[in-house]
Amino acid sequence: MTDIDVAGLGACPIPISDYPNVLLAHGGGGSLSQMLVDTMFAPTFDNEWLGQLHDGAVIDIDARRLAVSTDSFVIHPLFFPGGDIGSLAVHGTVNDIAMCGATPTAITVGLVIEEGLPMEDLWRIVSSIKTAADQAGVSVITGDTKVVDRGKGDGIFINTTGIGIVDDGVDISPARMEIGDVVLVSGTIADHGIAIMSVREGLEFETALESDSASLHGLVRTILAVGGSGVHVLRDPTRGGVASATNEIAQSGGLGIRLREADLPLSDPVRAACEILGFDPLYVANEGKCLAIVDAAVADDVLSAMQDHPLGKDAAAIGTVVDDHHGRVFLTSRIGGNRVVDMISGEQLPRIC
Amino acid sequence: MKYVDEYRDEAEARRYLDAIASMVTRPWTIMEICGGQTHTFIKFGIDELLPPEIELVHGPGCPVCVTPLEMIERAIAIARHPDVIFTSFGDMMRVPGSDADLLTVKAQGGDVRMVYSPLDAVALAQANPDRQVVFFAVGFETTAPANALAVREAKLRGLDNFSILTSHVLVPPAMEAILGAPDNRVQGFLAAGHVCAVMGYWEYGPIADKYETPVVVTGFEPLDLLQGTYMVVRALEEGRFGVENQYTRAVTLEGNAPAQQLLAEVFTTVDRPWRGIGTIPLSGYDLRSEYEDFDAVRRFDVEAIAPPENEICIAGEIMRGLKKPHDCPAFGTTCSPEHPLGAPMVSSEGACAAYYQYGRAV
Repeated sequence: MTDIDVAGLGACPIPISDYPNVLLAHGGGGSLSQMLVDTMFAPTFDNEWLGQLHDGAVIDIDARRLAVSTDSFVIHPLFFPGGDIGSLAVHGTVNDIAMCGATPTAITVGLVIEEGLPMEDLWRIVSSIKTAADQAGVSVITGDTKVVDRGKGDGIFINTTGIGIVDDGVDISPARMEIGDVVLVSGTIADHGIAIMSVREGLEFETALESDSASLHGLVRTILAVGGSGVHVLRDPTRGGVASATNEIAQSGGLGIRLREADLPLSDPVRAACEILGFDPLYVANEGKCLAIVDAAVADDVLSAMQDHPLGKDAAAIGTVVDDHHGRVFLTSRIGGNRVVDMISGEQLPRIC
Repeated sequence: MKYVDEYRDEAEARRYLDAIASMVTRPWTIMEICGGQTHTFIKFGIDELLPPEIELVHGPGCPVCVTPLEMIERAIAIARHPDVIFTSFGDMMRVPGSDADLLTVKAQGGDVRMVYSPLDAVALAQANPDRQVVFFAVGFETTAPANALAVREAKLRGLDNFSILTSHVLVPPAMEAILGAPDNRVQGFLAAGHVCAVMGYWEYGPIADKYETPVVVTGFEPLDLLQGTYMVVRALEEGRFGVENQYTRAVTLEGNAPAQQLLAEVFTTVDRPWRGIGTIPLSGYDLRSEYEDFDAVRRFDVEAIAPPENEICIAGEIMRGLKKPHDCPAFGTTCSPEHPLGAPMVSSEGACAAYYQYGRAV
C-alpha cells in the first residue's frame, strides 16, 4: 500500500489503494460506495453521529437560536499554497457561522467527485477536511458522495453546511450599524485571491504567496468578549473582497461607509502583485479575514484585542460609518481625493498595458 | 516600494494641486490620451481636486473601445469554429457584437481562452498542432512589439496553426485627427507614457508645432499626472507650445530602438477605421507580406459584416473630447457594465467605465 504523509495525521496508508482513481461506482450507492464510507470517511471523521451511519444525524443541542450556513466550493486548482479545497470548505462554512456570532458545532460534507480523480487526491482532501475540522473544533456528522462522468466536473466540488449556537445576548446584523461606528479588518487583504492567481497557468511569481484560509471563530470570540454589545456587524469578505462585503453591509444597514485607502493593510508581495496585474485589492478574495463594525466607544479595545490574537496581528481600523450616501461605500484616496467603491460586475481582469 | 509609494504621496500631491491652482488664470481644456491615465485621474479623485478652470476630457486611448464592430464580429465568427482555440486579453471578451460577445461564445462551447501574453498563444499553438490558435492582437504601440515578437517566433518555429487578428492603432494620427477636427476643444495634451516608452516622442514635435498645442509625455501614477498637468498648464499660461517629457524615468526621445526595429520588420502602417471616430489615414498596423500567412483575416474566410452601431451610444464624441460620459442619456440607466451599449462602458480603460465605477454620475 502506498503511504502518504499528511500533516497532522502521520504516515497513513491511502485506504482503497486497489483503486487508484475514483470510479462512477464509488458514487453509485452499492458496495463500492459503502467501501468508500467504511474505509475512508467513517474512520477519518470518526464520531458518534457519523458512526450511526444513518441517513441523517440527530444531534442534541441546547439552544434557542441556531445558526445555519451552507456553502459550495468549486475552486481550481484543488491544491494551492496555504490550503486546498478541503480545508477551504471547512473554514468557509465555519466562518459564516462565526459571523453570525455563533459557536460552530458541526458540519456536513457533500462531495461531487469527477470520475477519474486520483484516489490519492481524494485522500489528501479528506485528510485536509479532517485536520481543518479538528482545528476548528467541529465534527463532520453526516455527508453524501456522488460521482459524475469524466468531463462533467472539475475534479471535485464540495458542499458544507454548518450549524452553531448563538449565545444569549449576541445580536449581530447590519441593522445594528450606527453612525460613527468604526470599521475594523482583522489583517492584510487580498492574500487568498492573489495566492490563487499565482498558481494559475501563466503566472509564476518567485515570491511564495499563501492563501490566508483559516477558521475565525476563535478571533470572533475574542472580539465579542471585549466588545460585547458594541459589536454590531461581523462579515468575512470572501469573493468580491472588502469592497463587495462593505457594499452589502451598507445596503442592508441603510447607512454609508467611508473607507480610507491609506489605512488598508496589505502585505508587500500582495501589493506588488496587484500593481503588476492591475488588480484593485479591495475586490480580491480573502478566506481568513473578518470585518467588524463596532461602536466607537469600544473600537480601540477591540482593535488591541484583535492585534493580540494570532489571526489578527495586522488588524487595522479602515473606515467609518457615515450619515451620507446611504447604501453606498466611498473611499478617500491616498492623496486625499474621493471616489465611490462600487459593486464590481463580473470578474476583475488583468491590466493590458 | 520604489516608483509607487513616492508617486502617491499626499503632501506632494497637495503641493502640485496648490501650484496649479495659483498658476491658472483662465479655463483650459486638457486631454489625456490613454485610458489608464483616465482611470488614475478618476480613481484617485484628481479630477475633483483640480481647480474648476481645468477641464479634463478623455481621449481615444482605449484600444478595446476603438476596435471596429466589424472586427469584433469577425472575432466571434472565428471563435465559433470548432477547431479554433481563440485567445485574447480579458477585456476584449466582454465587448458586445451584434448579438453576442466572446464570453457568450465560450458559454456556448467555443474554446475561448484568456492569455496574459501573445507568447502564451504561440506556446498553445505548439502544444496543439491539430488546432488552429488565433490571438486577438488589439492595442496601441505599447502591445505591438510583443505581438510582432509572437508572429516572428511562430515563423521561426515553423508553426502553421498560429495566426493573429490584428487591430492595432497608433497614437500620433489620432491626435492629429482630434486637433484637426473643426469642433476641436482640446488645448493641451497629456501624451501616453507607455506608448512613448516604445516609440519615443519625436513624432509629437511636428504635431505640437502645426496645431500650436503643448504636449507633455506623462506617466500613470497620481503624481505623474499632476506633474504632467502642471507642465501643460504652465505652457498654456505662458503661451508656449511644443513637447516636454514628464515621464523621464521610462521615456526617451528616441524610444526603444530594438522594439521599433521589430515593428518595422513585421508590421506595415495602413489606414484604419476607429470605432466612433471614422477612418484615420496611416493609423494602424497590418502584417507585412512576408508574414501574411499569420493573418487570421486571410486564413479564415468569414463574412465582414458591419452591424449597425447602437443609436444612443455617444462613444465617438466622448473619445474625441466633445462630451463626457455623464452627458450621455443612457449613462447609468440603459447603459452600464452589466449591459453595455458601447465599448467604453466595458473596457477597463474606457472613460464610461471609469465614470460609472468611481461614481462620477452627475
